[in-house]
Amino acid sequence: MDSRDWIRDGLRAVLGGLIAIPLAALNLPLFVLSVATLILGVVPGLGMVLFPLVTQLVRARADLARRIAAGSGVAIARPYRTAPERAVLGGWRHYRWVLTDPATWRDLAWLVPGAVAGVTLGVLILAIPLYGLEGVLLIPLWIWLGTGWYGYGAIWPFSTVGDAFLSLPQGALILSIGVAGAPYLRRCGALFDRLLLAPTRNAELRLRVSQLTVTRADTVDAQAAELRRIERDLHDGAQVRLVSLGMTIGLAEEMVEADPAGARKLLAEARETSTAALADLRHLVRGIHPPVLAERGLDGAVRALALALPIPITVETALPGRLDTPVESAAYFAVAEALANTTRHSFARTARVELWHTGSTLVMQVSDDGLGGADPAGGTGLRGIERRLAAFDGTMSLSSPPGGPTVVTMELPCASFSPKTTPSSGTG
Amino acid sequence: MRVVLAEDHALLRDGLTRLLTAHACEVVAAVDNGPALLPALVEHRPDVAVVDVRLPPTFTDEGLQAAISARGVIPGMPVLVLSQHVEPLYARELLSDRTGGVGYLLKDRVSHVAQFVDAVRRVASGGTAMDPEVVYQLLARRESPLSALTVREREVLAQMAEGRSNGAIATKLFIGEKAVSKHINNIFTKLDLPPSDDDNRRVLAVLTYLNS
Repeated sequence: MDSRDWIRDGLRAVLGGLIAIPLAALNLPLFVLSVATLILGVVPGLGMVLFPLVTQLVRARADLARRIAAGSGVAIARPYRTAPERAVLGGWRHYRWVLTDPATWRDLAWLVPGAVAGVTLGVLILAIPLYGLEGVLLIPLWIWLGTGWYGYGAIWPFSTVGDAFLSLPQGALILSIGVAGAPYLRRCGALFDRLLLAPTRNAELRLRVSQLTVTRADTVDAQAAELRRIERDLHDGAQVRLVSLGMTIGLAEEMVEADPAGARKLLAEARETSTAALADLRHLVRGIHPPVLAERGLDGAVRALALALPIPITVETALPGRLDTPVESAAYFAVAEALANTTRHSFARTARVELWHTGSTLVMQVSDDGLGGADPAGGTGLRGIERRLAAFDGTMSLSSPPGGPTVVTMELPCASFSPKTTPSSGTG
Repeated sequence: MRVVLAEDHALLRDGLTRLLTAHACEVVAAVDNGPALLPALVEHRPDVAVVDVRLPPTFTDEGLQAAISARGVIPGMPVLVLSQHVEPLYARELLSDRTGGVGYLLKDRVSHVAQFVDAVRRVASGGTAMDPEVVYQLLARRESPLSALTVREREVLAQMAEGRSNGAIATKLFIGEKAVSKHINNIFTKLDLPPSDDDNRRVLAVLTYLNS
């Protein structure tokens, strides 16, 4: 690490320690308010309004602590249950939701120890560098002014002026220890906060269940919509053409003796119709599961896709083998959608797809040199990718500053790679 | 003309056999999986092999791989690959050895019997037959070197890439044969390709160029 880095981190931590003291002190009135409104619960109506209100404040304070902890590299998830439907502040439903959530009580239990820890660590974080600063600046000043001074650091009391000037190296040492150590002390505070602010194992499972419920519902919806689309495409496409094909052939059959030329014309028409029906089916199949994906896996399918797009696309892959079929399919469609977005909206001249894996995570990165400014909220494309990946606990992140470049990074946990089934041939 | 056929669906295998037999081709062997293709080719040394891309046992691109490796064992072995879908990627792999006698067509084209038999003959005699769909996909790329070509030149190029001779292109586009060769010369100049009299080398050069 650059020396400037640790100084910057240290100073930031010292500043954080300074802010932490009043914030921690804020815990105490919150605690008092909580207890008071809890007791007021015996008064019908009043506690039902006030306690949830105070809880909202406590949660805001706890959320702030979580955000600050994240700044020190300690991730603390929000443990709260989602509000039941039709829960309005002041209502019984809302009150019960607040009261029965264990996270409410854990927050409450955190307020006082959190305050003590926050103040103690904050004071410590400030005091050490300040003491060092005193050794470096103040003591030489006071000696110069001739003010009486008794000692500093290890030397107590000063017997000579020389002793007094030893405060300089000592002060410098203490100052650097204080600044360098501040981020670690901040981290200690964050770890302490995590003890009570993080979800319990139960709450974690509950969160996971609600997340799975959402992604499952999304997946089921998306699949149902997909099936409806396939049904409609078949109904209005290939089926219609096959009916017309049968009809034309039937007509030709009737005409073949009376009007051979007419029959021939009808048969040619029938042939055209069969070609069109096949084209329809091919298009449909490509949307369900591209044949090249089944034949070549993700690697080959993405290369084939890149060849079919209107701008030059570089594909670089480092995958040891084939993925499980559902993951492979999700990965392919995610990349395809990202590339479609690129060619549709970015005005890019070139794009790049990289596929690799770290451990058991498949990473897919699609970047382009286009205009940038892509916004997941703006279109359905990026949202669609997110939904598709979420079904497999995958994630998508987007970096697209105005002016570009746009980089879409998608990650998918994948259990395994099976060995390649086809020899890799000259596909470069 | 002697043909070896590799197609796993009995319905299509029989249909293709009937179709080829009706057009003075002898189907000397019809196999239904990838691994059986090469021994059959070595044994019968046919004039052309007609191969389905997706074959057992893997049901992936078994047929394509078998065709490519067959051309490794028997250099210049004419192969016509049929598929339910076409990929420029596969076309590139088929063309990678830069010798002729390669065809790559959608199965749909079978319904146009005369054209299909013509493609089989062309491939057997060392020519090429690229599906219009492959050519279309290649021409659709926006930032290709083809942007320098005029509309007419693109049309000629597409016909050429499918494997048609100057005469056939002239008939198809309702222009004179002289005009066709003028367009072709322009195309070669604009694409920086060395002129060549050999139809087949010409097509290969164009396709390899487009695929790059």
